[in-house]
This record gives sequence, C-alpha cells and structure tokens, in this order.
Amino acid sequence: MLIPSPWRADFPAIAALQRQGQTYLDNAATTQKPQALLDALAHYYANGAANVHRAQHLPGAHATQAFEDSRLKVSQWLNAGNCGQIVFTHGATSALNLLAYGLEHLFKAGDEIVISALEHHANLLPWQQLAERRSLTLVVLPLDADGVIDSDAAAQLIGPRTRLLAVSQLSNVLGAWQPLPALLALAKAHGALTVVDGAQGVVHGRHDVQALGCDFYVFSSHKLYGPDGLGVLFGRTEALGQLRHWQFGGEMVQQADYHHATFRPAPLGFEAGTPPVASVIGLGATLDYLSALDPQSVVDHEAALHDYLLHGLLARNGVRLIGNPRLALVSFGVEGVHNADLAHLLTEQGIAVRAGHHCAMPLFKHLGLSGAIRVSLALYNDSADIERFFEALDQALEMLR
Amino acid sequence: MNLPADAVTALQIFQGASGWEQRARLLMQWGERLPPLSDAEKCEANLVSGCESQVWLVGQLQDGHWQFSAASEARLIRGLVALLLARVNGLTAAELQQVDLPGWFGELGLSRQLSPSRSNGLNAVLQRMVELTR
Repeated sequence: MLIPSPWRADFPAIAALQRQGQTYLDNAATTQKPQALLDALAHYYANGAANVHRAQHLPGAHATQAFEDSRLKVSQWLNAGNCGQIVFTHGATSALNLLAYGLEHLFKAGDEIVISALEHHANLLPWQQLAERRSLTLVVLPLDADGVIDSDAAAQLIGPRTRLLAVSQLSNVLGAWQPLPALLALAKAHGALTVVDGAQGVVHGRHDVQALGCDFYVFSSHKLYGPDGLGVLFGRTEALGQLRHWQFGGEMVQQADYHHATFRPAPLGFEAGTPPVASVIGLGATLDYLSALDPQSVVDHEAALHDYLLHGLLARNGVRLIGNPRLALVSFGVEGVHNADLAHLLTEQGIAVRAGHHCAMPLFKHLGLSGAIRVSLALYNDSADIERFFEALDQALEMLR
Repeated sequence: MNLPADAVTALQIFQGASGWEQRARLLMQWGERLPPLSDAEKCEANLVSGCESQVWLVGQLQDGHWQFSAASEARLIRGLVALLLARVNGLTAAELQQVDLPGWFGELGLSRQLSPSRSNGLNAVLQRMVELTR
C-alpha cells in the first residue's frame, strides 16, 4: 500500500534530508518547516526588522502589525474568541514556568496540585518545584493498561484540596488522547485551575479552547511546523487575572520609578523584553499555511500512516509496544535487544528516530523500562519513509539477534 | 609513544573495515572480548551517568600502570568501551595524560560516535576516565 503525502514538497528540508540519506521520523521532538515560513522569515529580515510595541517609526509599525496579526492567527487557530488572550513566551517550557511562578501566590501549604504519570518533564518539574517551595502535595494520576489517565482513579484523587490540574492532551511517549473532558470537569467541580499541555496535541487535529474549557493551554511553535524559541500560552480572561507578573523588564511596565512600578495586564505584561519577533511572524505564516489545508485530509493521512507503522511493527517478532498508541507516534522495544543497540544501528542507516526516556523519566521508571525507541510522524511523512524504517529495523535486528 | 598491542590490532582491523555494517559487527565482536565485571563491581559508585545504557567503569593503578575494566548492557557501547580500554590499559599515569582519546576514535573511523548529540555514553565514559585518573 502506498501512502503519498500531498504536502511533502511544501517542506524543502525533507528533500534536503533525503539527499543526506536521512529519513526523518522524530517529529514529536521537532518538525521541519514549510516554505511559507521560510519565505516569511526572509521577507521580515530582508524588508526591515524592528522592535515591536515601542517605536513610532514605520518599520516598528510594520513589525508590530505583523506581530499582532500572528497573535490573532494563533487565537483563531485555537478558537479562543473573546474568552481569553494569547501570550507569547520563549517555549512551552517557559509558558509552564510562567504559570508555576505566576500562580504561586494562590497556594498555601497542604493544597494539592494534580498532574499525571505520563507528563513530560516540562509539565512535571515546574509543578514539583512549586510544591516544594510552598509545601504542597503533588498528586500523580495513574494510567490504565493502555497508557491513558485512569478517570476512575482521577475521580478519587481530584478533590476539595485540589487547587490546580495540569495534564497533557497527548502523551509524547504513549500516543493516545487523554480524557481531558472528564478530567477538566472534575477539576472545575472543585474550583481548581486547569492547565493543558498541548505540546503534542496541538499538532494533530484542530482544538477549541472554548469547547475544551481549560483555563490555560500551552504549546510550542516548533512542534507545530513553526519557528523555535517561541511558545504560546492561551489564558482564559479570569484565569489570567490571577496570574502575577513573573519576569520583569522592557515593555511589560506601565509606570516605573526607581522604587516602584506598575505593570501591564496580559498579554504584554507577560512578555518582558524583546519577544522573538521573527518567530512570531513566522508562526503566523505557518498557521496561514496549515489553515489552507483540508483538516480532514491531514487527519486521514496521519491516521493511515500510523496504521501502517503500527501494523508493520506488530508483524515483527519480539516487538513490544509501549501502551496502546492510537496516533502520531509509536514507542516500542524489542525483546532481547537493548534500545541503545537498536538506536545505534538505526542511526547508522540514516533513520532519525528517538531513543531513550523522552524527557519522561518517571514514566519509564513506572513502566519498568529503561527506555524505548520512538517513531513519530508528521503530515509530510509518507509510507516510503516508514518502509525505509522497517528495512533498517529488520537489518538491525538481523545483526543483533 | 608505542601503542599497546591490543590497540595495534584494533587499528589494523577497524581501518580495514568497509561500511557501517562491518564496523558495527566488529564493535560487537570487540565487546564480547571484554572480561565481565563482578556483581560487586557493578555498583552505583562505578556507574557512569549520562549513558543511554548502563555502563560501569572501574580503574586502578597497579605498579604505576592503569588497568581499567568495564561492562555495559548494550553491545555496541561495550565494543566502543573495549576499544577505549585497548588503547589505555597498561599505560602509566603520565602516558595516559598524553593520549588523545577523541583522536584515537577518529583513527578507528568511529569519531561520529563522539559527536555531542550522541547519547550513547562514550563521551560520558571518557569524562569518567579523566576524573578517575586526575
């Protein structure tokens, strides 16, 4: 069966990587970029860079206009409507740290923060460290056998002491949607704030933060075919009102004297210093590009690729999947073969996949595994990429067994 | 400086290897030659952190000459460590200080195994060796 990607040629790096003998299947780590983004970056730098929200001159006005247009595009991408604001940060990690510091004042000793057992370090460590600073209890929601957060257990663990729930929409290791509606409803019933780590989820399908009903939604641009150094924080208006200013500096201030200052509200109040202007403009171009694609075609293509990958892996002796991956990626190990050896031989054959603990060490300890190989897909991958991976895998296993 | 006999052999074999496949098979063969560590030696203190697979490295000076032994669960890193030990075992402390270890892997045609993004642990093993012999 052939599964061509109609969008492959829109991403020039894919052809370049192919010329270097590389098959890129590490898309959950970062993605290649569409030509539309490269053009937007070149246009911005070639036609006059300027700082935003500061200068009265024309280049400043153009840059600010393009910057704010991108904010609107992100808002539309998430269907935020008028219910909240988009804050630009320097990455998803920065956005989560902003929340963990900016909301710190709401917590008192004994309060509970609820996360899940599958969280990436970025959505674990900021909360773990906040819990340590404020003597809070970090409650970890367990997973069921399929690698999905156990809703029944969550119903027992999310309670009146829960002040905040922070969970991933889609695990970067397990490849399964998490039961956000049930979890968010539980948290809201107890008056807790809700944070969704959409770093993986935002890349697959379209998501509506109004329908989701979370207080905060976080993602990083570079995983969504955008530039790096840029994160997005959506915050519901009432929730943003509770966020204290965290990083201080240029343009986030209203009035300043030597001993006192007042600060702007969101979004600018949380964008201290010069933001990554080009990256923001570039993300806007990426979203224009993505918005022009037929969403159902993209979802169908990714589902067909995932199916192809999954069945090919299951057809091979000794392959053990991690969890029950449904989309986007598959993590696996092979009985009697060390992941590091497999990773080594796949690398030698030009297969770019990820091996190791995938920034989720506690999850791997919980699973009793030292690591896994992860194959992760993007809309520009095709069945030939997966075939090349299978050939390399077979060759590696032949050598190792 | 004269190369230890094992290093001369390694150099001849690896420089004659053609292609990734032969080099990988040779690495696995060299890994098999590494004498096993005792369970007592495979302790937390001897574990090299920063490796994708667990690697243990033990080193001691005997009559002024370094003797290292090592183990790993993964076969290719075990081979890389075996090649490292082939180069350094039996050297005096002063001789060891003079050895260009990245250069050694370069001569073997294995310098890519030392690129900073490689998480196979060879860099961490070299670092630990420096700490042990400082």
